[in-house]
Amino acid sequence: MKNFNLRDFGAGIWERSNRYQRIAIVLLVITLAALLPFAGASFLATPVAAYDAVLVYPVAIFVLMSLGLNIVVGKSGMLDLGYVAFFAIGAYTNGLLSMHTGLNTWEIMPIGIGAAMFAGVLLGIPTLRLRGDYLAIVTLGFGEIIRIVALNVSWTNGPNGISGIQMPPPILGKEFALDDQKLFFWVVLVMILLTIWMIRRLTVRRPGRAWEAIRQDEDAAELMGVPTLKYKIWSFTLGAAIGGAAGVLYAAKNLFISPEMFTLNVSILILACVVFGGIGNIWGVILGGAILGYLPDRIRFISDARLLVFGLVLVVVMNFRPDGLLPRKKREKAIVKKGVNA
Amino acid sequence: MFTVFIDQFWQLTISGIALGFIYVLIALGYTMVYGVLRMINFANSEIFMWGTFGAIVASRDLFGYDQTSEPAHGAKLALVLFVQLFASMAFAGITAVVVEFVAYRRLRAKGTNRLATLISAIGMSMVLSEVMRLLTASRPVGSPRILEKVILVEVWGAQIRLDTLITIVAAGAIFIILERFVKLSRMGKAIRAVSMNEDAAKLMGINLNRVITTTFLVGGLATGAAGFFYITVYEYTKFNIGFTMGLAAFTAAVIGGIGNIRGAFFGGVSLGLAEVYASAILGTQWKSVTIFIVLVLVLLFKPSGLFGEAVTQTRA
Repeated sequence: MKNFNLRDFGAGIWERSNRYQRIAIVLLVITLAALLPFAGASFLATPVAAYDAVLVYPVAIFVLMSLGLNIVVGKSGMLDLGYVAFFAIGAYTNGLLSMHTGLNTWEIMPIGIGAAMFAGVLLGIPTLRLRGDYLAIVTLGFGEIIRIVALNVSWTNGPNGISGIQMPPPILGKEFALDDQKLFFWVVLVMILLTIWMIRRLTVRRPGRAWEAIRQDEDAAELMGVPTLKYKIWSFTLGAAIGGAAGVLYAAKNLFISPEMFTLNVSILILACVVFGGIGNIWGVILGGAILGYLPDRIRFISDARLLVFGLVLVVVMNFRPDGLLPRKKREKAIVKKGVNA
Repeated sequence: MFTVFIDQFWQLTISGIALGFIYVLIALGYTMVYGVLRMINFANSEIFMWGTFGAIVASRDLFGYDQTSEPAHGAKLALVLFVQLFASMAFAGITAVVVEFVAYRRLRAKGTNRLATLISAIGMSMVLSEVMRLLTASRPVGSPRILEKVILVEVWGAQIRLDTLITIVAAGAIFIILERFVKLSRMGKAIRAVSMNEDAAKLMGINLNRVITTTFLVGGLATGAAGFFYITVYEYTKFNIGFTMGLAAFTAAVIGGIGNIRGAFFGGVSLGLAEVYASAILGTQWKSVTIFIVLVLVLLFKPSGLFGEAVTQTRA
């Protein structure tokens, strides 16, 4: 462990490569990821659920949400325990709009993202002034409130949920189908790539540096002239936007949503993905989301004790590797000029 | 909408105070730990939940009561209730010490960031609630009726039942004992010293680990006692009751000013009343929403709580 470090190894390859080699690496990784749905017959096969459906949800959507939550928890160091709220808002936007209007999934997407961002700002402005553990409790409550509201008001159909959500319209002449979810996986993959791209761009620029400063020492950041509240709200809202997008996709994939899908456990699970993989490091977070999303379907025999195992994993990983499986570099350089052309 | 509230005002007030006293004891668990560690003990809600099971284990397995048995009377009643209270406090106290040992101690020694500690505590609270879920097969567990719920007196149309009276008197007594313990005892002095200045306390020869363990133990005992009163009044528990009760009690602690023991008392009672009144006016399904809104409003306008404790910024 001391001599070999997977993150440094990967970063080393990347830093030694020239521009063309880097493009080749990126294309190779994207191709491998895009070919994943065809690997269903190999050792990756899931015994009970359909393999390509598992790849969409939980795996890909968990990865997407982990990336979003990582902006809030990993990049700017604010503990958000109610991330499921934004996921639910996205999903319900899709459900309600597709029930009452003729809009299709892609037209609903920006509205869903907007609704989640609006909720993020609304919750963020009063609460982001608070310190970490207070924020955690308030967001925890917020996540539950959204669920309770969805359960108790009449326009969401209460506990019965919303069924009959429209299937997304065909892309490039290819139809979406329930029994073949490869296309859906590729759509989520594109969302993940866009998110990674966005986070990488932001990280090396002003917002990213502001978040890093806030995470390390908020008071010092404020004294150095970083408008901390503004950038905290930005981070919170961006995370909310990605959660909302994941919610819209989830509703379109599942075609049915009900309040019991949006419990506290989802927030905790996504947080577990982020922490388990390596808080703050995009690749670690992706690894965490993929492993924790995939594992329960691969090993069904522990699925009843799944949350127990997660709890234990959280305690053990935090105690022995407080920075996760693939931790971020000990000292992230503030400006890495070379890393910009990623 | 308001008719229920007006008709039953005094009845609601009585049950609100009883509920409030339960909150006070759980809030003590949060406030004590916060005082020394400057950290919210996320597992406290599950410590409470384990405490409720302690009471059931005592009455069911120790005394052999089940759902069909007759309520106890006289000396037997006092004995069973006392053992139940003791079992609840023991369950919760031991759980709290285990939580400190497993989730906090190692990370505290390492001096890692607060986030890691917080997540480790969340993991511990998941473990506690999941273990109980698997043990009880996700089912609610009813408690045998030990205490006959006789109506003692009726004031202004409000019935004061025996269980409510016991809750208010005994919870109040436990609160006063703990408050005196922190104020007067040698250990209490050490706890207060650590919460004022950890480094200075260490230099004065205070054994930090022992103080922190004791704090968790005392907080756990209070939380466990709350579990016993919860069982006496509601006669039912489930692996997931900790969440709502914990959120409410935490809100109570914040209202009174977290880290402030007397504040927890007023916070708990006022939140208990607010919750019962809001349920009567809006309906019980909006109970948690009301609690949450109260919490956000307090944090917005008086983040230090009604009885003071600066909490908006991290202190060194």
